[in-house]
Amino acid sequence: MITTKALTKRFGAVQAVQSVDLDIREGDRYVLLGPNGSGKTTLVRMLLGLVYATSGEIEVMGQRIPRHLREVLPQVGALIEEPAAYPHLSARANLALFDAAGPGGSAGRRSRGTRIGEALEQVGLAGVGRRPVRAYSLGMRQRLGLAAALIRRPRLLILDEPGNGLDPRGIRDLRELIISLNETGVTIFLSSHLLAEAEQLCTRVGVLDSGRLVLQDDLATLRAPTGRILVYTPDADRVTAMLDGQVEQRDGERLVVRHADAAALNSRLVGAGLRVSAIGPEQRTLEEIVLAVTGTGSDHIGGSA
Amino acid sequence: MIGVELIKLARRPRTWISLVLTCALPFMVAIFIAITHLTPPPGQGGAFLSAVLADGALYPAAALALVLPVFLPVAVAVVAGDSIAGEAATGTLRYLLVRPVGRTRLLVAKLTSVIVYVLMVVIAVSVTAYATGVLLLGPSRGAAVGLAPAGSGPGSLAPTAGQLAGGAVTSLSGAPLSLLQLAERTAGGIAFITVSMLGVAAIALFLSTVTDSALGAALGALAVLVASEILVTLNAATVVQPYLPTRYWLAWIDFFRQPIFWRNIERGFAIQAVYVVAFLAAAWASFSTKDITA
Repeated sequence: MITTKALTKRFGAVQAVQSVDLDIREGDRYVLLGPNGSGKTTLVRMLLGLVYATSGEIEVMGQRIPRHLREVLPQVGALIEEPAAYPHLSARANLALFDAAGPGGSAGRRSRGTRIGEALEQVGLAGVGRRPVRAYSLGMRQRLGLAAALIRRPRLLILDEPGNGLDPRGIRDLRELIISLNETGVTIFLSSHLLAEAEQLCTRVGVLDSGRLVLQDDLATLRAPTGRILVYTPDADRVTAMLDGQVEQRDGERLVVRHADAAALNSRLVGAGLRVSAIGPEQRTLEEIVLAVTGTGSDHIGGSA
Repeated sequence: MIGVELIKLARRPRTWISLVLTCALPFMVAIFIAITHLTPPPGQGGAFLSAVLADGALYPAAALALVLPVFLPVAVAVVAGDSIAGEAATGTLRYLLVRPVGRTRLLVAKLTSVIVYVLMVVIAVSVTAYATGVLLLGPSRGAAVGLAPAGSGPGSLAPTAGQLAGGAVTSLSGAPLSLLQLAERTAGGIAFITVSMLGVAAIALFLSTVTDSALGAALGALAVLVASEILVTLNAATVVQPYLPTRYWLAWIDFFRQPIFWRNIERGFAIQAVYVVAFLAAAWASFSTKDITA
Protein backbone atom coordinates (compact mmCIF):
# COMPACT_ATOMS: atom_id res chain seq x y z
CA MET A 1 0.00 0.00 0.00
CA ILE A 2 2.85 2.34 0.93
CA THR A 3 6.48 1.60 0.18
CA THR A 4 9.43 3.93 0.36
CA LYS A 5 12.99 3.25 -0.69
CA ALA A 6 15.91 5.12 0.86
CA LEU A 7 13.61 8.06 1.47
CA THR A 8 15.59 11.04 2.69
CA LYS A 9 14.74 14.64 3.52
CA ARG A 10 17.12 17.39 4.51
CA PHE A 11 16.03 20.85 5.65
CA GLY A 12 19.22 22.83 5.24
CA ALA A 13 21.70 21.17 7.56
CA VAL A 14 19.04 19.17 9.40
CA GLN A 15 18.54 15.53 8.38
CA ALA A 16 14.82 15.15 9.13
CA VAL A 17 14.39 11.73 7.51
CA GLN A 18 17.29 9.44 6.63
CA SER A 19 17.07 6.58 4.20
CA VAL A 20 13.73 5.19 5.36
CA ASP A 21 12.31 2.00 3.82
CA LEU A 22 8.68 1.84 4.88
CA ASP A 23 6.55 -1.16 4.02
CA ILE A 24 2.85 -0.91 4.77
CA ARG A 25 0.71 -3.70 3.37
CA GLU A 26 -2.92 -3.62 2.41
CA GLY A 27 -5.15 -4.23 5.43
CA ASP A 28 -2.48 -3.24 7.97
CA ARG A 29 -3.07 -1.13 11.02
CA TYR A 30 0.42 0.28 10.97
CA VAL A 31 1.60 2.58 13.74
CA LEU A 32 4.72 4.66 13.23
CA LEU A 33 6.17 5.40 16.63
CA GLY A 34 8.86 7.81 17.59
CA PRO A 35 9.60 10.61 19.99
CA ASN A 36 8.66 14.17 19.08
CA GLY A 37 11.04 15.52 16.49
CA SER A 38 11.98 12.09 15.17
CA GLY A 39 10.71 12.91 11.65
CA LYS A 40 7.24 11.31 11.73
CA THR A 41 5.42 14.39 10.46
CA THR A 42 7.95 15.07 7.73
CA LEU A 43 7.61 11.47 6.59
CA VAL A 44 3.80 11.70 6.54
CA ARG A 45 3.95 14.97 4.62
CA MET A 46 6.22 13.41 2.01
CA LEU A 47 3.74 10.56 1.48
CA LEU A 48 1.04 13.16 0.80
CA GLY A 49 3.13 15.31 -1.54
CA LEU A 50 3.24 18.31 0.79
CA VAL A 51 6.98 18.06 1.35
CA TYR A 52 9.29 17.04 -1.48
CA ALA A 53 11.88 14.35 -0.76
CA THR A 54 15.56 15.18 -1.11
CA SER A 55 16.16 11.68 -2.46
CA GLY A 56 14.59 8.24 -2.48
CA GLU A 57 11.35 6.86 -3.83
CA ILE A 58 7.74 6.77 -2.64
CA GLU A 59 4.98 4.51 -3.92
CA VAL A 60 1.41 4.72 -2.65
CA MET A 61 -1.12 2.21 -4.02
CA GLY A 62 1.42 1.21 -6.61
CA GLN A 63 1.83 4.74 -7.99
CA ARG A 64 4.83 7.02 -7.74
CA ILE A 65 4.54 10.06 -5.48
CA PRO A 66 4.58 12.99 -6.05
CA ARG A 67 4.11 12.40 -9.80
CA HIS A 68 0.73 10.64 -9.47
CA LEU A 69 -0.70 12.56 -6.52
CA ARG A 70 -3.76 13.45 -8.54
CA GLU A 71 -4.74 9.82 -9.07
CA VAL A 72 -3.74 8.57 -5.62
CA LEU A 73 -4.93 11.23 -3.19
CA PRO A 74 -8.67 10.97 -3.94
CA GLN A 75 -8.52 7.47 -2.38
CA VAL A 76 -6.63 8.67 0.68
CA GLY A 77 -8.03 10.34 3.78
CA ALA A 78 -5.57 12.31 5.85
CA LEU A 79 -5.29 14.03 9.20
CA ILE A 80 -2.02 15.92 9.38
CA GLU A 81 -1.04 17.14 12.85
CA GLU A 82 -3.85 19.39 14.04
CA PRO A 83 -7.16 19.44 12.21
CA ALA A 84 -8.03 22.68 10.42
CA ALA A 85 -11.30 24.28 9.38
CA TYR A 86 -12.76 27.66 8.47
CA PRO A 87 -13.90 28.90 11.89
CA HIS A 88 -16.84 31.06 10.76
CA LEU A 89 -18.46 28.17 8.89
CA SER A 90 -20.33 25.17 10.29
CA ALA A 91 -18.93 21.66 10.25
CA ARG A 92 -21.24 20.78 7.36
CA ALA A 93 -20.23 23.84 5.34
CA ASN A 94 -16.57 23.08 5.98
CA LEU A 95 -16.92 19.49 4.85
CA ALA A 96 -18.87 20.58 1.77
CA LEU A 97 -16.10 23.04 0.81
CA PHE A 98 -13.36 20.46 1.27
CA ASP A 99 -15.35 17.88 -0.66
CA ALA A 100 -16.00 20.30 -3.53
CA ALA A 101 -12.30 21.11 -3.80
CA GLY A 102 -10.15 18.85 -5.92
CA PRO A 103 -10.86 16.45 -8.78
CA GLY A 104 -14.31 14.91 -8.82
CA GLY A 105 -15.52 17.78 -6.68
CA SER A 106 -18.49 18.56 -8.89
CA ALA A 107 -19.15 14.90 -9.74
CA GLY A 108 -19.61 14.07 -6.08
CA ARG A 109 -22.17 16.81 -5.53
CA ARG A 110 -25.18 14.52 -5.58
CA SER A 111 -23.92 12.18 -2.88
CA ARG A 112 -22.26 14.97 -0.87
CA GLY A 113 -25.05 15.50 1.64
CA THR A 114 -25.29 11.79 2.39
CA ARG A 115 -21.55 11.32 2.69
CA ILE A 116 -21.19 14.34 4.98
CA GLY A 117 -24.01 13.05 7.18
CA GLU A 118 -22.35 9.63 7.32
CA ALA A 119 -18.95 11.02 8.20
CA LEU A 120 -20.36 13.25 10.96
CA GLU A 121 -22.25 10.24 12.30
CA GLN A 122 -19.09 8.10 12.29
CA VAL A 123 -17.14 10.60 14.37
CA GLY A 124 -20.01 11.41 16.71
CA LEU A 125 -20.71 14.97 15.57
CA ALA A 126 -24.08 14.32 13.96
CA GLY A 127 -25.96 16.54 16.41
CA VAL A 128 -23.73 19.61 16.18
CA GLY A 129 -22.93 19.68 12.46
CA ARG A 130 -24.63 23.01 11.90
CA ARG A 131 -22.82 25.01 14.60
CA PRO A 132 -19.91 27.22 13.52
CA VAL A 133 -16.58 25.52 14.12
CA ARG A 134 -15.43 28.58 16.10
CA ALA A 135 -17.49 27.26 19.03
CA TYR A 136 -15.99 23.74 18.93
CA SER A 137 -13.77 22.27 21.63
CA LEU A 138 -10.37 20.83 20.78
CA GLY A 139 -11.78 17.30 20.79
CA MET A 140 -14.68 18.27 18.51
CA ARG A 141 -12.25 19.85 16.05
CA GLN A 142 -10.22 16.64 16.07
CA ARG A 143 -13.39 14.68 15.30
CA LEU A 144 -14.24 17.09 12.50
CA GLY A 145 -10.75 16.61 11.08
CA LEU A 146 -11.39 12.87 11.05
CA ALA A 147 -14.76 13.40 9.36
CA ALA A 148 -13.00 15.43 6.64
CA ALA A 149 -10.64 12.50 6.11
CA LEU A 150 -13.59 10.12 5.78
CA ILE A 151 -15.99 11.94 3.42
CA ARG A 152 -14.41 10.47 0.29
CA ARG A 153 -14.66 6.93 1.73
CA PRO A 154 -10.91 6.37 1.39
CA ARG A 155 -9.08 3.05 0.95
CA LEU A 156 -6.14 4.35 2.94
CA LEU A 157 -6.23 6.53 6.03
CA ILE A 158 -3.10 8.44 6.97
CA LEU A 159 -3.45 9.84 10.46
CA ASP A 160 -0.72 11.93 12.05
CA GLU A 161 -1.10 12.02 15.85
CA PRO A 162 -4.90 11.52 15.73
CA GLY A 163 -5.24 11.22 19.50
CA ASN A 164 -4.12 14.80 20.20
CA GLY A 165 -6.71 16.82 22.08
CA LEU A 166 -9.03 13.88 22.67
CA ASP A 167 -10.20 12.94 26.15
CA PRO A 168 -10.07 9.27 27.26
CA ARG A 169 -13.51 8.63 25.88
CA GLY A 170 -12.57 10.32 22.60
CA ILE A 171 -9.49 8.12 22.37
CA ARG A 172 -11.59 5.01 22.90
CA ASP A 173 -14.10 6.16 20.24
CA LEU A 174 -11.22 6.81 17.87
CA ARG A 175 -9.77 3.36 18.47
CA GLU A 176 -13.10 1.68 17.88
CA LEU A 177 -13.67 3.72 14.71
CA ILE A 178 -10.23 2.89 13.35
CA ILE A 179 -10.64 -0.81 14.04
CA SER A 180 -14.12 -0.93 12.49
CA LEU A 181 -12.93 0.93 9.38
CA ASN A 182 -9.99 -1.45 9.15
CA GLU A 183 -12.38 -4.39 9.29
CA THR A 184 -14.20 -3.01 6.24
CA GLY A 185 -10.91 -3.07 4.33
CA VAL A 186 -9.42 0.36 4.97
CA THR A 187 -5.66 0.31 5.47
CA ILE A 188 -4.55 2.47 8.39
CA PHE A 189 -1.23 4.26 8.68
CA LEU A 190 -0.98 6.18 11.91
CA SER A 191 1.82 8.05 13.59
CA SER A 192 1.93 8.54 17.30
CA HIS A 193 4.19 9.09 20.25
CA LEU A 194 1.66 7.46 22.60
CA LEU A 195 2.81 3.89 23.10
CA ALA A 196 -0.24 2.71 25.00
CA GLU A 197 -2.54 4.00 22.26
CA ALA A 198 -0.44 2.24 19.64
CA GLU A 199 -0.24 -1.04 21.49
CA GLN A 200 -4.01 -1.42 21.64
CA LEU A 201 -4.46 -0.54 18.02
CA CYS A 202 -1.79 -1.76 15.68
CA THR A 203 -0.98 -4.95 13.86
CA ARG A 204 2.35 -3.64 12.68
CA VAL A 205 4.87 -1.21 14.11
CA GLY A 206 7.60 1.00 12.76
CA VAL A 207 9.87 2.98 15.04
CA LEU A 208 11.51 6.17 13.89
CA ASP A 209 14.42 7.62 15.82
CA SER A 210 16.29 10.75 14.73
CA GLY A 211 14.97 10.29 11.19
CA ARG A 212 15.95 6.63 10.87
CA LEU A 213 13.58 3.67 10.83
CA VAL A 214 15.17 1.57 13.56
CA LEU A 215 12.50 -1.11 13.73
CA GLN A 216 9.66 -2.41 11.54
CA ASP A 217 7.82 -5.61 12.27
CA ASP A 218 4.49 -7.25 13.10
CA LEU A 219 3.38 -6.56 16.66
CA ALA A 220 2.77 -10.30 17.21
CA THR A 221 6.38 -11.10 16.27
CA LEU A 222 7.76 -8.37 18.46
CA ARG A 223 5.70 -9.46 21.40
CA ALA A 224 6.38 -13.18 21.02
CA PRO A 225 7.04 -14.88 24.37
CA THR A 226 10.60 -14.50 25.54
CA GLY A 227 11.01 -18.03 26.89
CA ARG A 228 10.71 -16.79 30.45
CA ILE A 229 7.88 -17.04 32.95
CA LEU A 230 6.89 -14.41 35.50
CA VAL A 231 5.90 -15.85 38.85
CA TYR A 232 4.41 -13.86 41.72
CA THR A 233 4.57 -15.81 44.94
CA PRO A 234 4.67 -15.11 48.67
CA ASP A 235 6.96 -18.16 48.97
CA ALA A 236 9.72 -16.66 46.88
CA ASP A 237 12.56 -18.16 48.90
CA ARG A 238 11.28 -21.70 48.64
CA VAL A 239 10.47 -21.34 44.94
CA THR A 240 13.97 -20.06 44.28
CA ALA A 241 15.44 -22.95 46.18
CA MET A 242 13.29 -25.47 44.32
CA LEU A 243 13.96 -24.08 40.83
CA ASP A 244 17.64 -23.69 41.59
CA GLY A 245 19.43 -22.04 38.68
CA GLN A 246 16.32 -21.35 36.61
CA VAL A 247 15.46 -18.13 38.47
CA GLU A 248 17.14 -15.34 36.55
CA GLN A 249 15.92 -12.42 38.54
CA ARG A 250 14.27 -11.87 41.89
CA ASP A 251 12.48 -8.75 43.04
CA GLY A 252 10.52 -9.26 46.27
CA GLU A 253 7.67 -11.61 45.40
CA ARG A 254 8.34 -11.34 41.66
CA LEU A 255 10.51 -13.95 40.02
CA VAL A 256 11.66 -14.29 36.43
CA VAL A 257 12.08 -17.97 35.63
CA ARG A 258 13.68 -19.47 32.54
CA HIS A 259 11.02 -21.96 31.47
CA ALA A 260 8.90 -22.56 28.38
CA ASP A 261 5.51 -23.57 29.77
CA ALA A 262 3.71 -21.52 32.39
CA ALA A 263 0.96 -24.10 33.00
CA ALA A 264 3.42 -26.92 33.64
CA LEU A 265 5.49 -24.75 35.95
CA ASN A 266 2.38 -23.71 37.84
CA SER A 267 1.22 -27.25 38.44
CA ARG A 268 4.71 -28.24 39.59
CA LEU A 269 4.87 -25.38 42.10
CA VAL A 270 1.38 -25.97 43.43
CA GLY A 271 2.04 -29.71 43.58
CA ALA A 272 4.99 -28.94 45.86
CA GLY A 273 2.69 -26.99 48.16
CA LEU A 274 3.95 -23.57 47.11
CA ARG A 275 1.52 -20.66 46.81
CA VAL A 276 1.32 -18.83 43.49
CA SER A 277 -0.57 -15.53 43.28
CA ALA A 278 0.06 -14.96 39.55
CA ILE A 279 1.92 -16.68 36.79
CA GLY A 280 2.29 -16.16 33.06
CA PRO A 281 4.77 -15.97 30.17
CA GLU A 282 6.89 -12.86 30.11
CA GLN A 283 6.07 -10.59 27.18
CA ARG A 284 7.90 -7.44 26.40
CA THR A 285 5.65 -4.39 26.29
CA LEU A 286 5.74 -2.13 23.29
CA GLU A 287 7.25 0.47 25.58
CA GLU A 288 10.21 -1.75 26.40
CA ILE A 289 10.65 -2.64 22.74
CA VAL A 290 10.61 0.97 21.63
CA LEU A 291 12.79 2.32 24.41
CA ALA A 292 15.33 -0.39 23.69
CA VAL A 293 15.83 0.81 20.11
CA THR A 294 15.48 4.60 20.46
CA GLY A 295 17.64 7.39 21.83
CA THR A 296 16.37 10.12 24.05
CA GLY A 297 14.54 12.12 21.38
CA SER A 298 15.26 15.59 20.16
CA ASP A 299 12.96 17.50 22.48
CA HIS A 300 14.84 16.35 25.54
CA ILE A 301 17.21 19.09 26.53
CA GLY A 302 20.74 17.80 26.30
CA GLY A 303 19.55 14.68 24.50
CA SER A 304 22.03 12.85 22.36
CA ALA A 305 19.81 12.83 19.26
CA MET B 1 -11.80 25.06 -7.29
CA ILE B 2 -12.56 28.58 -8.49
CA GLY B 3 -16.15 28.06 -7.34
CA VAL B 4 -14.94 26.97 -3.91
CA GLU B 5 -12.77 30.07 -3.59
CA LEU B 6 -15.65 32.34 -4.61
CA ILE B 7 -17.92 30.72 -2.02
CA LYS B 8 -15.20 31.27 0.59
CA LEU B 9 -14.91 34.90 -0.48
CA ALA B 10 -18.66 35.41 -0.33
CA ARG B 11 -19.09 33.72 3.05
CA ARG B 12 -16.30 35.59 4.72
CA PRO B 13 -17.59 38.55 6.77
CA ARG B 14 -14.38 40.47 6.07
CA THR B 15 -15.28 40.75 2.38
CA TRP B 16 -18.50 42.62 3.08
CA ILE B 17 -17.21 44.72 5.97
CA SER B 18 -14.28 46.01 3.92
CA LEU B 19 -16.62 46.65 1.00
CA VAL B 20 -19.04 48.68 3.12
CA LEU B 21 -16.24 50.64 4.78
CA THR B 22 -14.64 51.47 1.45
CA CYS B 23 -17.98 52.75 0.13
CA ALA B 24 -18.64 54.62 3.38
CA LEU B 25 -15.73 57.03 3.03
CA PRO B 26 -16.90 58.72 -0.21
CA PHE B 27 -20.46 58.65 1.15
CA MET B 28 -19.34 60.56 4.23
CA VAL B 29 -17.41 63.07 2.13
CA ALA B 30 -20.49 63.59 -0.06
CA ILE B 31 -22.62 64.32 3.00
CA PHE B 32 -20.17 66.96 4.25
CA ILE B 33 -19.98 68.59 0.84
CA ALA B 34 -23.75 68.50 0.39
CA ILE B 35 -24.28 70.19 3.77
CA THR B 36 -21.56 72.82 3.61
CA HIS B 37 -21.33 73.32 -0.16
CA LEU B 38 -17.59 73.65 0.43
CA THR B 39 -15.24 71.91 -1.97
CA PRO B 40 -11.48 72.20 -2.27
CA PRO B 41 -10.41 74.76 -4.85
CA PRO B 42 -9.42 73.29 -8.24
CA GLY B 43 -5.99 71.71 -8.11
CA GLN B 44 -6.21 70.92 -4.40
CA GLY B 45 -7.75 68.03 -2.48
CA GLY B 46 -8.79 64.85 -4.21
CA ALA B 47 -9.15 64.83 -7.96
CA PHE B 48 -12.58 65.93 -9.24
CA LEU B 49 -13.70 67.01 -5.77
CA SER B 50 -13.75 70.65 -6.78
CA ALA B 51 -16.07 69.81 -9.64
CA VAL B 52 -18.61 67.56 -7.95
CA LEU B 53 -20.81 70.37 -6.74
CA ALA B 54 -21.15 71.38 -10.34
CA ASP B 55 -22.32 67.93 -11.29
CA GLY B 56 -23.05 64.92 -9.08
CA ALA B 57 -22.51 62.55 -11.99
CA LEU B 58 -18.80 63.21 -11.68
CA TYR B 59 -18.82 61.92 -8.12
CA PRO B 60 -17.89 58.27 -8.95
CA ALA B 61 -14.60 59.54 -10.33
CA ALA B 62 -14.08 61.71 -7.25
CA ALA B 63 -14.93 58.76 -4.99
CA LEU B 64 -12.41 56.50 -6.75
CA ALA B 65 -9.79 59.21 -6.29
CA LEU B 66 -10.62 59.27 -2.58
CA VAL B 67 -10.25 55.53 -1.99
CA LEU B 68 -7.35 54.93 -4.38
CA PRO B 69 -4.39 56.11 -2.28
CA VAL B 70 -5.05 54.08 0.89
CA PHE B 71 -8.36 52.24 1.20
CA LEU B 72 -8.20 50.22 -2.02
CA PRO B 73 -4.55 49.13 -1.82
CA VAL B 74 -4.94 48.22 1.86
CA ALA B 75 -8.05 46.11 1.17
CA VAL B 76 -6.45 44.42 -1.83
CA ALA B 77 -3.16 43.78 -0.03
CA VAL B 78 -5.00 42.25 2.93
CA VAL B 79 -7.14 39.95 0.78
CA ALA B 80 -4.32 38.90 -1.57
CA GLY B 81 -1.76 38.65 1.23
CA ASP B 82 -4.09 36.40 3.16
CA SER B 83 -4.84 34.13 0.22
CA ILE B 84 -2.11 31.50 0.67
CA ALA B 85 -0.44 32.57 3.92
CA GLY B 86 -3.79 32.78 5.73
CA GLU B 87 -4.66 29.22 4.71
CA ALA B 88 -1.18 28.12 5.77
CA ALA B 89 -1.59 29.77 9.17
CA THR B 90 -4.97 28.16 9.86
CA GLY B 91 -3.72 24.82 8.53
CA THR B 92 -6.42 24.55 5.88
CA LEU B 93 -3.81 24.85 3.12
CA ARG B 94 -2.46 21.33 3.68
CA TYR B 95 -5.97 19.89 3.72
CA LEU B 96 -6.85 21.60 0.43
CA LEU B 97 -3.64 20.33 -1.17
CA VAL B 98 -4.26 16.70 -0.15
CA ARG B 99 -7.83 16.73 -1.51
CA PRO B 100 -5.91 17.01 -3.90
CA VAL B 101 -6.01 20.52 -5.31
CA GLY B 102 -3.04 21.10 -7.62
CA ARG B 103 -0.85 23.94 -6.47
CA THR B 104 -1.12 25.83 -9.76
CA ARG B 105 -4.87 25.36 -9.72
CA LEU B 106 -5.10 26.71 -6.19
CA LEU B 107 -3.03 29.75 -7.12
CA VAL B 108 -5.24 30.45 -10.16
CA ALA B 109 -8.37 30.10 -8.02
CA LYS B 110 -6.94 32.48 -5.41
CA LEU B 111 -6.01 34.99 -8.11
CA THR B 112 -9.49 34.78 -9.61
CA SER B 113 -11.12 35.41 -6.28
CA VAL B 114 -8.84 38.43 -5.68
CA ILE B 115 -9.76 39.83 -9.12
CA VAL B 116 -13.45 39.34 -8.36
CA TYR B 117 -12.97 41.09 -5.03
CA VAL B 118 -11.16 44.06 -6.61
CA LEU B 119 -13.86 44.43 -9.28
CA MET B 120 -16.57 44.17 -6.64
CA VAL B 121 -15.03 46.93 -4.53
CA VAL B 122 -14.30 49.29 -7.43
CA ILE B 123 -17.75 48.83 -8.96
CA ALA B 124 -19.49 49.10 -5.58
CA VAL B 125 -17.65 52.36 -4.88
CA SER B 126 -18.59 53.71 -8.33
CA VAL B 127 -22.24 52.72 -8.08
CA THR B 128 -22.79 53.99 -4.55
CA ALA B 129 -20.89 57.16 -5.41
CA TYR B 130 -23.06 57.72 -8.48
CA ALA B 131 -26.17 57.31 -6.37
CA THR B 132 -24.94 59.56 -3.56
CA GLY B 133 -23.57 62.07 -6.08
CA VAL B 134 -26.79 62.39 -8.00
CA LEU B 135 -29.00 62.33 -4.89
CA LEU B 136 -26.98 64.49 -2.51
CA LEU B 137 -24.91 66.76 -4.71
CA GLY B 138 -27.58 66.83 -7.32
CA PRO B 139 -27.63 67.26 -11.05
CA SER B 140 -29.68 70.45 -10.68
CA ARG B 141 -26.61 72.49 -9.86
CA GLY B 142 -24.86 70.74 -12.70
CA ALA B 143 -27.09 72.55 -15.12
CA ALA B 144 -25.36 75.79 -14.31
CA VAL B 145 -21.99 74.59 -15.51
CA GLY B 146 -22.40 71.45 -17.53
CA LEU B 147 -23.81 72.93 -20.67
CA ALA B 148 -23.41 70.96 -23.80
CA PRO B 149 -22.96 72.98 -26.96
CA ALA B 150 -25.70 72.39 -29.45
CA GLY B 151 -24.98 69.52 -31.78
CA SER B 152 -22.55 67.70 -29.55
CA GLY B 153 -25.28 66.88 -27.04
CA PRO B 154 -25.99 63.44 -25.69
CA GLY B 155 -28.43 62.64 -28.46
CA SER B 156 -30.61 59.66 -27.72
CA LEU B 157 -29.34 59.54 -24.17
CA ALA B 158 -30.84 62.92 -23.32
CA PRO B 159 -34.41 61.76 -22.70
CA THR B 160 -33.40 58.89 -20.44
CA ALA B 161 -31.07 61.19 -18.60
CA GLY B 162 -34.07 63.48 -18.20
CA GLN B 163 -33.32 64.75 -14.74
CA LEU B 164 -29.78 65.62 -15.66
CA ALA B 165 -30.40 68.99 -17.13
CA GLY B 166 -28.23 69.43 -20.16
CA GLY B 167 -27.01 65.86 -19.72
CA ALA B 168 -23.40 66.86 -19.87
CA VAL B 169 -20.51 67.65 -17.57
CA THR B 170 -17.33 69.52 -18.10
CA SER B 171 -14.17 67.54 -18.64
CA LEU B 172 -10.98 68.45 -16.80
CA SER B 173 -9.89 70.24 -19.94
CA GLY B 174 -13.00 72.39 -19.88
CA ALA B 175 -14.65 70.82 -22.91
CA PRO B 176 -18.06 69.25 -22.29
CA LEU B 177 -18.57 65.50 -22.01
CA SER B 178 -21.81 63.78 -22.86
CA LEU B 179 -23.25 61.33 -20.37
CA LEU B 180 -22.31 58.45 -22.64
CA GLN B 181 -18.77 59.75 -22.84
CA LEU B 182 -18.71 60.17 -19.07
CA ALA B 183 -19.90 56.60 -18.61
CA GLU B 184 -17.28 55.31 -21.05
CA ARG B 185 -14.55 57.25 -19.35
CA THR B 186 -15.61 56.17 -15.89
CA ALA B 187 -15.51 52.58 -17.17
CA GLY B 188 -12.02 53.24 -18.53
CA GLY B 189 -10.99 54.64 -15.15
CA ILE B 190 -12.43 51.59 -13.37
CA ALA B 191 -10.52 49.28 -15.70
CA PHE B 192 -7.30 51.18 -15.13
CA ILE B 193 -7.70 51.21 -11.36
CA THR B 194 -8.56 47.51 -11.34
CA VAL B 195 -5.41 46.70 -13.27
CA SER B 196 -3.36 48.89 -10.93
CA MET B 197 -4.81 46.97 -7.99
CA LEU B 198 -3.94 43.70 -9.71
CA GLY B 199 -0.33 44.85 -9.58
CA VAL B 200 -0.72 45.23 -5.80
CA ALA B 201 -2.49 41.86 -5.64
CA ALA B 202 0.29 40.12 -7.56
CA ILE B 203 2.95 41.45 -5.18
CA ALA B 204 0.89 40.48 -2.12
CA LEU B 205 0.10 37.04 -3.59
CA PHE B 206 3.78 36.39 -4.19
CA LEU B 207 4.66 37.41 -0.62
CA SER B 208 1.78 35.24 0.55
CA THR B 209 3.48 32.18 -0.94
CA VAL B 210 6.83 32.85 0.76
CA THR B 211 5.58 33.50 4.29
CA ASP B 212 3.04 31.81 6.54
CA SER B 213 2.00 35.18 7.98
CA ALA B 214 -0.92 36.83 6.21
CA LEU B 215 -0.18 40.08 8.01
CA GLY B 216 3.44 39.96 6.90
CA ALA B 217 2.46 39.47 3.27
CA ALA B 218 -0.09 42.31 3.33
CA LEU B 219 2.25 44.73 5.09
CA GLY B 220 5.09 43.73 2.80
CA ALA B 221 3.04 44.63 -0.26
CA LEU B 222 2.02 47.94 1.33
CA ALA B 223 5.65 48.65 2.19
CA VAL B 224 6.50 48.25 -1.50
CA LEU B 225 3.78 50.78 -2.38
CA VAL B 226 4.86 53.29 0.26
CA ALA B 227 8.48 53.02 -0.89
CA SER B 228 7.33 53.53 -4.46
CA GLU B 229 5.27 56.60 -3.49
CA ILE B 230 8.29 58.13 -1.75
CA LEU B 231 10.58 57.50 -4.71
CA VAL B 232 8.03 58.89 -7.15
CA THR B 233 8.33 62.31 -5.52
CA LEU B 234 12.09 62.17 -5.06
CA ASN B 235 14.01 64.09 -7.71
CA ALA B 236 17.15 62.06 -7.07
CA ALA B 237 15.29 58.88 -8.07
CA THR B 238 14.29 60.06 -11.54
CA VAL B 239 16.11 57.14 -13.18
CA VAL B 240 13.86 54.49 -11.65
CA GLN B 241 10.62 56.47 -11.58
CA PRO B 242 9.17 55.19 -14.86
CA TYR B 243 9.35 51.65 -13.50
CA LEU B 244 7.77 52.21 -10.09
CA PRO B 245 4.43 50.47 -9.50
CA THR B 246 2.65 53.64 -8.35
CA ARG B 247 4.23 55.97 -10.94
CA TYR B 248 1.18 56.00 -13.23
CA TRP B 249 -1.50 55.25 -10.65
CA LEU B 250 -3.20 58.59 -11.23
CA ALA B 251 -3.08 58.33 -15.02
CA TRP B 252 -6.73 57.20 -15.08
CA ILE B 253 -7.64 60.86 -14.51
CA ASP B 254 -6.46 61.39 -18.06
CA PHE B 255 -9.55 59.52 -19.23
CA PHE B 256 -11.47 62.63 -18.20
CA ARG B 257 -9.52 64.97 -20.45
CA GLN B 258 -10.82 65.97 -23.84
CA PRO B 259 -9.43 64.37 -25.92
CA ILE B 260 -8.26 61.48 -23.74
CA PHE B 261 -4.56 61.82 -22.96
CA TRP B 262 -3.42 58.26 -23.74
CA ARG B 263 0.33 58.41 -23.17
CA ASN B 264 0.41 57.85 -19.40
CA ILE B 265 -2.61 55.54 -19.48
CA GLU B 266 -0.80 53.23 -21.89
CA ARG B 267 2.38 53.33 -19.84
CA GLY B 268 0.38 52.65 -16.69
CA PHE B 269 -1.26 49.57 -18.23
CA ALA B 270 2.11 48.37 -19.53
CA ILE B 271 3.98 48.74 -16.24
CA GLN B 272 1.17 47.03 -14.29
CA ALA B 273 1.14 44.18 -16.82
CA VAL B 274 4.86 43.70 -16.22
CA TYR B 275 4.39 43.66 -12.44
CA VAL B 276 1.43 41.28 -12.65
CA VAL B 277 3.21 38.81 -14.94
CA ALA B 278 6.53 38.95 -13.07
CA PHE B 279 5.10 38.55 -9.59
CA LEU B 280 2.58 35.88 -10.59
CA ALA B 281 5.40 33.91 -12.21
CA ALA B 282 7.45 34.33 -9.04
CA ALA B 283 4.46 33.28 -6.92
CA TRP B 284 3.98 30.17 -9.05
CA ALA B 285 7.67 29.26 -8.95
CA SER B 286 7.81 29.73 -5.22
CA PHE B 287 4.57 27.95 -4.39
CA SER B 288 4.89 24.95 -6.69
CA THR B 289 8.30 23.98 -5.32
CA LYS B 290 7.69 24.85 -1.69
CA ASP B 291 7.67 22.33 1.16
CA ILE B 292 4.37 22.83 2.97
CA THR B 293 5.41 22.52 6.59
CA ALA B 294 2.63 24.68 8.05
